[in-house]
Amino acid sequence: MKKLFKILQPALFFIAAFVPAMTSTAAYAALEIEISGGSAQQIPIAIVPFGQAAGASQEKIGDIIAADLRRSGLFRILETGGVASRPTEVSQVKYAEWAVLQAQAITVGNVTALPGNRLKVTFGLADVLKQNQLVSMEYNIAPNQLRLTAHKIADVIYQKLTGEGPIFASRIAYINKSKNRFSLQVADADGMNAQTVVSSSEPIISPAWSPDGSKIAYVSFEKKKPIIFVQSLTTGQRLTLANFKGNNSAPAWSPDGTKLAIVLSHSANSQLYTINADGTGLKQVTKSNAIDTEPTWSPDAKWIYFTSDRGGNPQVYKVSAFGGEAQRVTFQGDHNLSPHFSPDGKSLAMVRKDGAKYSIALQDLTNGQVRLLSEGAQDESPSFAPNGRVILYATRVGGRGALAAVSSDGRVKQRLSESGGDIREPSWGPLLN
Amino acid sequence: MNKSILNKKLLGSLLLAMALSACKSTPMVDKPASVEDKSPKTEATAPAASATDTGADTSGVKDASLSGNPLTDPNNILSKRSIYFDFDKDTVREEFRPLVEAHAKYLAEHGNAKVNLQGNADERGTREYNLSLGQRRSVAVKKSLNLLSVQDKQIEAVSYGEEKATSNCKDEACHQLNRRVDIVYEGE
Repeated sequence: MKKLFKILQPALFFIAAFVPAMTSTAAYAALEIEISGGSAQQIPIAIVPFGQAAGASQEKIGDIIAADLRRSGLFRILETGGVASRPTEVSQVKYAEWAVLQAQAITVGNVTALPGNRLKVTFGLADVLKQNQLVSMEYNIAPNQLRLTAHKIADVIYQKLTGEGPIFASRIAYINKSKNRFSLQVADADGMNAQTVVSSSEPIISPAWSPDGSKIAYVSFEKKKPIIFVQSLTTGQRLTLANFKGNNSAPAWSPDGTKLAIVLSHSANSQLYTINADGTGLKQVTKSNAIDTEPTWSPDAKWIYFTSDRGGNPQVYKVSAFGGEAQRVTFQGDHNLSPHFSPDGKSLAMVRKDGAKYSIALQDLTNGQVRLLSEGAQDESPSFAPNGRVILYATRVGGRGALAAVSSDGRVKQRLSESGGDIREPSWGPLLN
Repeated sequence: MNKSILNKKLLGSLLLAMALSACKSTPMVDKPASVEDKSPKTEATAPAASATDTGADTSGVKDASLSGNPLTDPNNILSKRSIYFDFDKDTVREEFRPLVEAHAKYLAEHGNAKVNLQGNADERGTREYNLSLGQRRSVAVKKSLNLLSVQDKQIEAVSYGEEKATSNCKDEACHQLNRRVDIVYEGE
């Protein structure tokens, strides 16, 4: 039952080949994605190549949709080469042809040029057995929005057929260490379009997306100590959020994006604080003699969960976002660190240490049950996809940092690596508009 | 005597800062910038550039040999900058007492000198937690210096966590080297 798809991404390899000098503005990563496992009942779907106006674009929109759906592990993408017809709208679909392939669903679409360098993308999804249209959409876009539109279409199909929320039209952030240079990069959730947000010869850690996806907070050592910056992804402007004496680290946005929980040490041990997103209004949240760090907000903004060694070993605790007594949350495993909330607030992903092994664990907050989602041995930095179905984390492959993702039911696993690269500290951002 | 050493050091830093800034066209780092190639070296030496009274164009540059600076003289204990710790411990071991005392004395005699105590941790565990672990060690060294009458304003205890750790350690001897505090003087 172990399927292994290997998706190479020719577009990016192509670009990388012609941009050998990766300098300041944009470094193109060639993330290679491997998928293993999959749902027992994968939905068989035929994705008919979209009709595409000559010269409109070299991008094959159907391939992008297929790659997204395949990566979820919930779909089986059918080979359509054996069917002669190429419908571009649902009314043209001859269902009998696709029933032979045992397709449960079929997607058709068309890309046409509009005046003023715009594109019109139409698509339809139909149920092959019931022979009816499930949904149809039309997008009027700029040519550079074609990939994003493909991800949005994949999301529509995914939502319609699985009942889960959208996931593909989103981005991830991570740190790429290459030749002793650290770059905070942002890429599409499929690993494409990697762009450097900031780079330094000193370490960068802990990137955190603002809830609206317009900014990233991160910790940079460029001044020989950890300082928290907030940088706009639209204007590039950056703000020094916290530069107090000692360490400034572990930024975590409040659900409404107005505040961040941060960790300051001043001249002693790490403690939790909250600070407004403009750097004003610093408030201390924990007052202990222990290490308190790695804050994450509950989606209802009432609680901050964090790592503390106040009980001797690092475990996860929670405290009211306004301060007060902390309560312990984790009781299994030698150590539990780095908690991250699922979007629905019902579970907590974290790093669990058993013996010498650090792996990703998921704790159900309603019944306390814990499930191990990765094998370790040096896994860390878990974050949820916008729909909570997938957890992205950092792992090591051959001594190098790589990214991995696992479905929250543990069935589907992906690994994203960059040849020669050392990537770490991933964070999955919100959906793109 | 001490003053002249300090001046030579400042002068060296200033020239270095000028040399670095001369070959850089990018603006200073704190300006809003989206995708900027940053050189922290420029920053580290930038404070020295404000000491304009030192003058930049003197003949004494060549004489400012490194051996004249006790902080970098390999025969001087002040050139020893790393304090190592036991696993999961933040106690400054007895063997590092002379090193800590020497730096305390230097700082007491050089009221303008400032040190950054950079805590480190081995790579096991999460980066942020290790940042806090390294901090605990730098705070332990800070307290030792405080006990030897060094003022708070001369010390900043920070941490690099596991960021400067040797990665892919196979044995304890390797991890041991990552559990340390580095003493870095301002301008270095």
